[in-house]
Amino acid sequence: MTWDWQVFLTDDGSGRTYLEWMLEAWRWTLAVAGSSWVVAMVVGAVVGTARTLTDRPWLVRLANAWVELFRNIPLLVQIFLWYFVLPKMFPAFQQVPGFALVVLALGFFTSARIAEQFRAGIQALPRGQRYAAMAMGFTTYQSYRYVLLPMAFRIILPPLTSESMNLLKNSSVAFAVSIAELTMFAMQAQEETSRGMEIYLAVTALYAVSAFAVNRVFAYIERRLRVPGFIAAGAGGGH
Amino acid sequence: MLGLDLSFFDLEMLRKFVWSGLIFSVQLTVVATLGGVVLGTVLALMRLSGQRWLTLPATVYVNGMRSIPLVMVILWFYLLIPFLIGKPIGAEMSAVITFIAFEAAYFSEIMRAGIQSIPRGQVFAGQALGMTYAQNMRLIILPQAFRNMLPVLLTQTIILFQDTSLVYAIGAYDLLKGFSNAGKIYGRPEEAYLLAAAVYFVICFALSWGVKRLQARIAIVR
Repeated sequence: MTWDWQVFLTDDGSGRTYLEWMLEAWRWTLAVAGSSWVVAMVVGAVVGTARTLTDRPWLVRLANAWVELFRNIPLLVQIFLWYFVLPKMFPAFQQVPGFALVVLALGFFTSARIAEQFRAGIQALPRGQRYAAMAMGFTTYQSYRYVLLPMAFRIILPPLTSESMNLLKNSSVAFAVSIAELTMFAMQAQEETSRGMEIYLAVTALYAVSAFAVNRVFAYIERRLRVPGFIAAGAGGGH
Repeated sequence: MLGLDLSFFDLEMLRKFVWSGLIFSVQLTVVATLGGVVLGTVLALMRLSGQRWLTLPATVYVNGMRSIPLVMVILWFYLLIPFLIGKPIGAEMSAVITFIAFEAAYFSEIMRAGIQSIPRGQVFAGQALGMTYAQNMRLIILPQAFRNMLPVLLTQTIILFQDTSLVYAIGAYDLLKGFSNAGKIYGRPEEAYLLAAAVYFVICFALSWGVKRLQARIAIVR
């Protein structure tokens, strides 16, 4: 076979080239992934924290149920639930744009995984941290806000990195409800041009570049937030 | 209830539409797990061999696979396999090959962690008994690594089962497709998706409960 990279400069029938279409699709991918990331982090942090509040058993149960619910249904099915089933059951959802529904689906799906990381991170902290906060006279809210969560967040940065990269990759599932993101572009452009190899290679490269960028951003955050000596001491079980 | 009508849901519907899809999803999961673990173990051994000509290709393969979305991998294989063998291939067969190749990368990381979790003394003990590298791996290291990693391997299998729904991208007939076809025929697509979600949830919840139990048992034995 021969390569034909010219395909990216041909018109797709609507006055833009395939290259322009692909870059727009890339923006959609980043928009879906970025918005979902915000949802996932906020919800995940709240739910994960709730799972460690052992003096409120109902809250723990509720948070556990949340994680089990969103972890045990395939993402594609969850997207269908948000996109087709909810608007049918609750007509108010018919006003919500498809983009927002997909963001909620992907965000809640990922929030279950992030909640699991937050719970593990908080429970991995030495007990003395919690006691120290209590001894300072902190309320539960204050001890989480000023002592436990800042440390737990630093501990779970590596798994958060891989979850964020997973989120970026999972945004590809949005093709199923016709969000104009990269995978959707790949499928449609492949069909229209029959230059599958070139299209897929370019799309794959964009995914890889994006995932790598996420990885670098987190590595930077990790470096900037490092508390000298602490994590190493904590990991060694010194306390 | 909430504008939903589940009356079409009966044994007849399950038998006609869902059953064969469920069988395919389960087969795909089992075959991809077995194939993925075998291939993944080979990749893990390559990465731990210390020989550059073995380490490099295995590392590139594993990291490459893990940085691409599964949907794209499914599309790639569906495009590439017919191109390489020169004749068209069914969506189902393509899915099986894709999932073995894709999951091998993830299983290899699990097996690598498992092998590295074995104390070095075990390796030395095997060597002291005069075992070759192959004997040492087969009789001492791999059985223990496999056992240590069993809960993680099974958790990955549950994720794999959920991921099989992504064969939607190439139109293979799996559990989800069974439900969505039934929904189309009976004119109740939303209800069908809801039922699909319920079935996936029951299966995955039961499996992860089982893994948790197993984990507790293994922990006590050790």
